[in-house]
Amino acid sequence: MRVRAAGIGTAAAAAVVLALLPFALSAYHQALAAQVGTFFVAILGLNILTGYTGQISIGHGAFMAIGGYTTAVLSRDHHTNLVLTMAAAFAICFCCGLLVGLPALRLAGVYLALATFAFAVSVPQVPLKFSKYLGGSGGVQSAKTVGHLWLYGVSWTTAAVLFVLAWLILRGRTGRAFRAVRDSEVAATSSGVQLPVYKTLAFGISAAFAGVAGSLFVMGTNGFAQPSEFGILLSLQILVGAAVAGLGSLWGVLAGAAFIGLLPTVSSDVPLIGSTHGQDVVFGLIVIVIMLLLPNGVAGLLARLARTRARGLNRGSI
Amino acid sequence: MTALLELEDVTARYGPIEALHGVSLEVGEGQVVAVLGANGAGKTTTLRAISGTVRREGIVRFAGRTLSRTGPDAAARSGIAHVPEGRGTFAELNVAENLRLGAYTRRGSIRDDLARVHQYFPWLEERRNQQAGTLSGGEQQMLALARAFMQRPKLLLLDEPSLGLAPLLVTEVFRIVKELNEAEGLTVLVVEQNAHIALQAAQAAYVLEVGRVALSGPSAELAQHESVRRSYLGY
Amino acid sequence: MSALAHRIGLRRRRSDRGVSLPVLAALAAACVFIVIGCLSSNIFAEQTVAGLAQGAVYASLALALVLIYRATEVINFAQGEMAMASVYIAYQLLQWGFSYWEAFFVTLAVALVLGIVIQVVLIRPVQHKSVIAVVIVTVGLFILIDGLVNWKWGGDIKFMQAPFGNKLYHVGAVTIARQDIGTLVITIGSVLILWILFQYTKLGLAMRAAALRPAAAALVGVRVDWMLAIGWGLAAVLGAVAGLMAEPSQFVLQPTLMQPILLYAFAAAVLGGLESPAGAVVGGLTIGVFLNLVGQYVHFITSELRLPFAFAVLLGVLVVKPTGLLGRGKVRKV
Repeated sequence: MRVRAAGIGTAAAAAVVLALLPFALSAYHQALAAQVGTFFVAILGLNILTGYTGQISIGHGAFMAIGGYTTAVLSRDHHTNLVLTMAAAFAICFCCGLLVGLPALRLAGVYLALATFAFAVSVPQVPLKFSKYLGGSGGVQSAKTVGHLWLYGVSWTTAAVLFVLAWLILRGRTGRAFRAVRDSEVAATSSGVQLPVYKTLAFGISAAFAGVAGSLFVMGTNGFAQPSEFGILLSLQILVGAAVAGLGSLWGVLAGAAFIGLLPTVSSDVPLIGSTHGQDVVFGLIVIVIMLLLPNGVAGLLARLARTRARGLNRGSI
Repeated sequence: MTALLELEDVTARYGPIEALHGVSLEVGEGQVVAVLGANGAGKTTTLRAISGTVRREGIVRFAGRTLSRTGPDAAARSGIAHVPEGRGTFAELNVAENLRLGAYTRRGSIRDDLARVHQYFPWLEERRNQQAGTLSGGEQQMLALARAFMQRPKLLLLDEPSLGLAPLLVTEVFRIVKELNEAEGLTVLVVEQNAHIALQAAQAAYVLEVGRVALSGPSAELAQHESVRRSYLGY
Repeated sequence: MSALAHRIGLRRRRSDRGVSLPVLAALAAACVFIVIGCLSSNIFAEQTVAGLAQGAVYASLALALVLIYRATEVINFAQGEMAMASVYIAYQLLQWGFSYWEAFFVTLAVALVLGIVIQVVLIRPVQHKSVIAVVIVTVGLFILIDGLVNWKWGGDIKFMQAPFGNKLYHVGAVTIARQDIGTLVITIGSVLILWILFQYTKLGLAMRAAALRPAAAALVGVRVDWMLAIGWGLAAVLGAVAGLMAEPSQFVLQPTLMQPILLYAFAAAVLGGLESPAGAVVGGLTIGVFLNLVGQYVHFITSELRLPFAFAVLLGVLVVKPTGLLGRGKVRKV
């Protein structure tokens, strides 16, 4: 009970900070914070899939692409309200996730990872082929672009909403089923958990989250959806963010999102580095160092701290 | 008779669980010594502590020198051959490759050693291209012994050679072990649940209980010992 | 003596070979098809040879991936970038006045050392802790190497001396480029040399043992960690070969050189079965030839769709045989 109170308390505090923060930030930093929110949603999605059901996917860039293009195309062709396009992206990507999740049932471990990787690499090529509707390499421009404050608000509100959604799903029967699948598929089936249903469901939910992140992403790049934005590097970034976050902890996700959202731009401010390539060198180095020091990500660190604190408490009570 | 192997107050742990709580034992050069005990008594862990497969505290002296606490490959290079539970067979490789691997630490030609091995196990030569994983249990045990022999070790650590084998095969295995000991001067430390046959083959034995040495002595004595008879020999 | 044992325990189990009969039959049928096609059409033959050469490059990089995967169950995402960096090192050597083949062999030596160093410094500390962590380290390495190369040499296109020139041979009415033959010889040659190393030398045997059963290998005295390091070194050499042969004619060098090749190499490795070195080679050659032929004869598959098409086929194969064509059936199915 104590943990839950602490959890809700921290969450409330975080919400207050997030609500007040933009007023202390310049427009540029607001945009940056919005980007962190976007990554937060994407990593949250990946965390549900990999952290809670153990299915590895390196393909979330593809779902982001689908979501992003949904927003751009709906906006360009039908002038749809941008928030509505997010809902559309959620729905469409949920279905796509289910479709991907079905054949994924036959694949395990690294084969699944590589198959999803293949998916991620292939999807951005589709707009190039069907350039009439999807803009080709020139991309698709939404009808409306948004201001930084608006984007900040929408990103973090969405993040909060989806966080709560994730929390509700994961603490309920579905979440228990997910964890059972992750820990032992054989045991889960023997306990009556219908594997195909839950594994595919996890894919669907995860993809839906990534789709919404994609919408936010496109909104953040001036409403412009372009194949080059959704290349391998994006999927790899999400993966790195999820690894830094650590699997299985919702709070680590925030750390992961901040890492990939902020580090590249922060490092470019450091005088020695300057160019984009310097950024990459630093980013790569820091990723490596973090993994060497914290192989289980921030979640692992938090777990270790919790254990040490528990042990300390025990010792104190003797 | 000099002690080839000495353990002094050796403890070993698997993560937070301590499996050996201070084991001391001695194996004389040229002897066959058995380690007996029930499941979970720490017999396998003792062998692992010697070869360095598991982390240990305490002193292990081999051929007069203290063994440092490095990995099993160091133990192999010092002249200790450890045939573990599961026999350590490279199931995906063929018989010949398994034998060649046995001789990994040896420099120079292994042709003579191969010839000796073929004398003990003639069928190994015919089956040299057979995948080791497709051998029967008894054959794999023989292969494991052959592989260990290829190393020309000073000390052979044998973990439960009788496991999964029919009684006739068990007798055969121990007969070969005795022959290797007598003809080649190989010192053997064998862990066994089958106390009867182990006591027949060994000159001395240690009985482990819950990670400690409960009894020790010459086999003849132990075989007559009240508790040994009741717990391990069944009468 | 053990005639007794001989009499008693003899039931020879069928060894579980990875190559099943249907797969072999399919591959044989494909070979027959290719041969007939080559004999009937010149264009078919030319595309096949070009496809084989390209496929050999994919095969080389795929083999590097498989080597590392077999030994450590890790996908090295940085394999392509390591190969690319090797090519830049060769470029630099050429700029300093080395002859092509001198640069070639020095580059291979440097790649060997770099591969070993990377394994020891970056991979060894995490390899026992978490598989995800190791993969992320390779991703970080990908980004790091990319940044370093761009920073040192710039992202603009450079031109490198080509090893084989532009000579064309004529076999009957079929035109075959010298560069394609050269590529095939070098890559297949490297693979063969490696095969000989693994099958017939003590070191190769130790490396195989360390990859298959590290605990048992340690017990016979193999320094398993060093075997893994050497494995990484050899994989880096294979990658360097793939990189150097990637564009054997007018060599156009830029940092994105190996990225598409890495993707095809992944496809080849998975197609062949991640634990099967032979599968990687077969997979690579198959993809090379298949893509070329499809590109030539199926007009819907334009160059943008090459990659998605390759992956679509790959996914199709995986649905039928989840561990790849030549992989052992180790799928977890409840």
